[in-house]
Amino acid sequence: MSATDLAPVAPLPDRGGPQQPLVIARDLRRHFPIRSGFFGRRTGTVHAVDGVSFEVVKGETLGIVGESGCGKSTTARLLVGLIALDAGDIIFDGDRLGDELSLRELRRGVQMVFQDSYASLNPRLTIEDSIAFGPRVHGMSEGQARRRARELLASVGLEPARFAGRYPHELSGGQRQRVNIARALAMAPRLVIFDEAVSALDKSVEAQVLNLLADLKEERDLTYVFISHDLNVVRYISDRVMVMYLGEVVEIGPAEAVYARKAHPYTAALFAAMPSMDPDARTEEPPLAGDPPNPIDPPTGCRFHTRCRFAEAVCTAVKPALASVPGEARGGEARAEAHVAACHMLVAGSGHSAVGAAA
Amino acid sequence: MAVITESIAAPVERTQGYWSGVARRFRRDPVAVGCAVLLLLLILAAIFAPYLGLADPYAGSMARRLRRIGTPGFPLGTDELGRDMLARLVYGGRLTLFLGITPVVAAFCIGTVLGLVAGYVGGRTNTVIMRLVDVFFAFPSVLLAIAISGALGAGIVNSLVSLTIVFVPPITRVAESVTASVRSLDYVDAARASGAGAFTIVRVHVLGNVLGPIFVYATSLTSVSMILAAGLSFLGLGVKPPEPEWGLMLNTLRTAIYINPWVAALPGLMIFVTSLCLNLVSDGLRSAMNVRD
Amino acid sequence: MTKPLVDIRDLNVTFSGERTVHAVNGLDLSLAPGEVLAILGESGSGKSVMLKTLLRLLPPRRTAISGMISVDGVDVLSLSGRRLADYRGRTVSMVFQEPMLALDPVYSIGDQIAEAVMRHEGLGRRAAMERALDMLTRVRIPSPERRLKVFPHEMSGGMRQRAMIALALACRPKLLLADEPTTALDATVQIQILLLLRELQREFGMGVIFVTHDIGVAVEVADRIAVMYAGNVVETGTVAEVIRDARHPYTKGLLAANLHGAVKGARLEAIRGAPPALERPPEACSFAPRCDFADERCRTAPPPVIVPGPGRRVACVLADRLEAAE
Repeated sequence: MSATDLAPVAPLPDRGGPQQPLVIARDLRRHFPIRSGFFGRRTGTVHAVDGVSFEVVKGETLGIVGESGCGKSTTARLLVGLIALDAGDIIFDGDRLGDELSLRELRRGVQMVFQDSYASLNPRLTIEDSIAFGPRVHGMSEGQARRRARELLASVGLEPARFAGRYPHELSGGQRQRVNIARALAMAPRLVIFDEAVSALDKSVEAQVLNLLADLKEERDLTYVFISHDLNVVRYISDRVMVMYLGEVVEIGPAEAVYARKAHPYTAALFAAMPSMDPDARTEEPPLAGDPPNPIDPPTGCRFHTRCRFAEAVCTAVKPALASVPGEARGGEARAEAHVAACHMLVAGSGHSAVGAAA
Repeated sequence: MAVITESIAAPVERTQGYWSGVARRFRRDPVAVGCAVLLLLLILAAIFAPYLGLADPYAGSMARRLRRIGTPGFPLGTDELGRDMLARLVYGGRLTLFLGITPVVAAFCIGTVLGLVAGYVGGRTNTVIMRLVDVFFAFPSVLLAIAISGALGAGIVNSLVSLTIVFVPPITRVAESVTASVRSLDYVDAARASGAGAFTIVRVHVLGNVLGPIFVYATSLTSVSMILAAGLSFLGLGVKPPEPEWGLMLNTLRTAIYINPWVAALPGLMIFVTSLCLNLVSDGLRSAMNVRD
Repeated sequence: MTKPLVDIRDLNVTFSGERTVHAVNGLDLSLAPGEVLAILGESGSGKSVMLKTLLRLLPPRRTAISGMISVDGVDVLSLSGRRLADYRGRTVSMVFQEPMLALDPVYSIGDQIAEAVMRHEGLGRRAAMERALDMLTRVRIPSPERRLKVFPHEMSGGMRQRAMIALALACRPKLLLADEPTTALDATVQIQILLLLRELQREFGMGVIFVTHDIGVAVEVADRIAVMYAGNVVETGTVAEVIRDARHPYTKGLLAANLHGAVKGARLEAIRGAPPALERPPEACSFAPRCDFADERCRTAPPPVIVPGPGRRVACVLADRLEAAE
């Protein structure tokens, strides 16, 4: 890398070694109170993220899928420190956020690309100024920051001489999203979170951006968390997939394992809801009825029991824990490569009549 | 790689900035441009009144009271004390525009700061500032201005103060809502994610995006302010005779309405035209500042 | 051959204003009664403009429209006043992407449906309310009697979309226009709405033009697909023909970009560049600048329309050759 990258905003060193997960999220919890009336009395609680634990291994791409209200975007914002945790720990490369790692340090290591390419750029700043803002805040000189901005523009495929001086409204959606990626990379992060970052793009442009993401990851040794509702995209880009429902993780596992065997009934329903690409085998029956319930005061027990066709009494009463999916070669719940799901049907002796028969 | 390095070093193409785009869109609106020109003329006339070769606005004569419009030597007639109406209207513009614009400028500064703080910090700070502002909203602006002026006593400074107090709450409210909406945008989150402090974020990312809308709103308040200032003078709470001021002139000429209605209506007409122009210019600005289309 | 329900010939739509945009350029399209046609295209392809032209919803002052549109034998472009109002809602109705914007927030769902029925069919209030109840039942809104009195903001996203469909179909239109009605919905809700639309279409026997950017959605609802690019249809055919035997390079690119069955880690065959801004009417193939197969013919003259089979049209000089290559 060139000398400019050793300036104030240099990539953070790898401290924990390859075995140490880049991020360990432990029991993350974030509730939003709903207040109403003159005195702002608390009238309800949105359980946006409720006890979410996962790991992001160095160099991998973790895909997060789920419907609206499942907490995937809140999880992303918790990881960047844009919203504060109510409870739980974020451990970045071995350092716990709070005592061993400041918020400012975390934000050096983790950056985010948002869905709305227009809203995520200041309309009054040129592209160059937007990208250079972060490095400037961290003490880089103006000349250096500009140079870095132009290098990054070039590496996301926008010719610096043509684009650096332009304003966001003069760019197409795809070009703006490239700028947002450059802006995130300007901080030389180790983890980049993409929150539905390609969802608003046209399909042909989306493919270009996905290729770009693959190149950048290789070049810069990055780790990705990729949030999307498009299961095709997630399958293409992810090494591992995490499925969320109403603020909880219902299934995590290697992408191919999850796609091959959807252990949780919700995962199965989500996949079945994808439009068919075969005109002779169109979907005949919707896999789920009704809308996803809203995360204000969610159901007891397994949160999916209200929509699950296998639901039994035990599902209403007892919350299932993440357990390894039987029959998968790699066991051990704690391992990052494990395929785990939170369903009573996977656990012998849980009291569900269909133990072992599921999926 | 060589190509890219060359490209990084190459001079950057500058496209037109935000404000030149606003100017271009504004110029295409004939009504707004016409009103802006008229306003500019009024302001220039008020500033340079002593050099326009007008009659003395204070020199009256009982012999030539209430002459008609078009009387030789008195193109717009004379008032109830025989003073030249043209001169009084031009000189009157000085005070009226000053009384109309100054409180809005003062309120713009105070209200923007309050609104920025309330909107960006949120939480309890927001509650305290906004509830306080709400108290002032409980009174109609005219009554509030009269009440404060009445309490402070008549005079130009006091009417400036009372009008400023009247306009701080609405500007604060607009500033707060614009700031709160900008604050929720992703680019502010992106700036926070890059580790910038609140002050830097407000300076670089928030201020530039909220000043425009607040300014436009303040422009529209100027016409209200002018009318209120004129109203205060009309009630004897603002400017005192013999100073020429449109509201005061309207008041003193009121008695002449049956004798020479056209002359009596002139100050009112000036107030009407000026405030209409201000409103139309502010409308034009508002649509010109809309970047998306 | 039966008379088509919708017949569009050489339609051109041009917007003037700050910028001139030639949104639709010489578009030909037809729809048989009871047929479901999916218009597949990306942003700026002119698909939504075409839909709005069909309903005459574009602002007349800034829009120049030429060509011919006939729906159920009515010359749409010459309609005005009372007859236009009758055409909208009675002959044709529309469902939008965002039901919150299309439904009136101050009236209950039942009132809105009943109002439409009373205006278009002259029914009394009681009969109209009965129709509203019937429609809510047909779109499978649970406990419809209660939902009649509910306001749009009190419903969930999926329920609102169902309510809008009920409103659109209340007067039994012959043609339903759908503008990305499931794009804003969650996956599990989207499939419910698609299946509902398919079912209601069969029940009412209406023609449907369904605009979408999602190939999967088109496959789920449509009989035929028309692929639009730069204001024109570049390829039409039955769903199976277009999915399994795409002839136009743009269609092939879109299919590849859908990532269905893309191999992880493999490079995606992305269509390079971006769609044209259409500030001038296209004089050659609009896709040529992005096309890997483009040659001199593509850059000098508009592409010929090749008909590889009945009901199938491809606007590409290479359509025949590509066929030979396979």
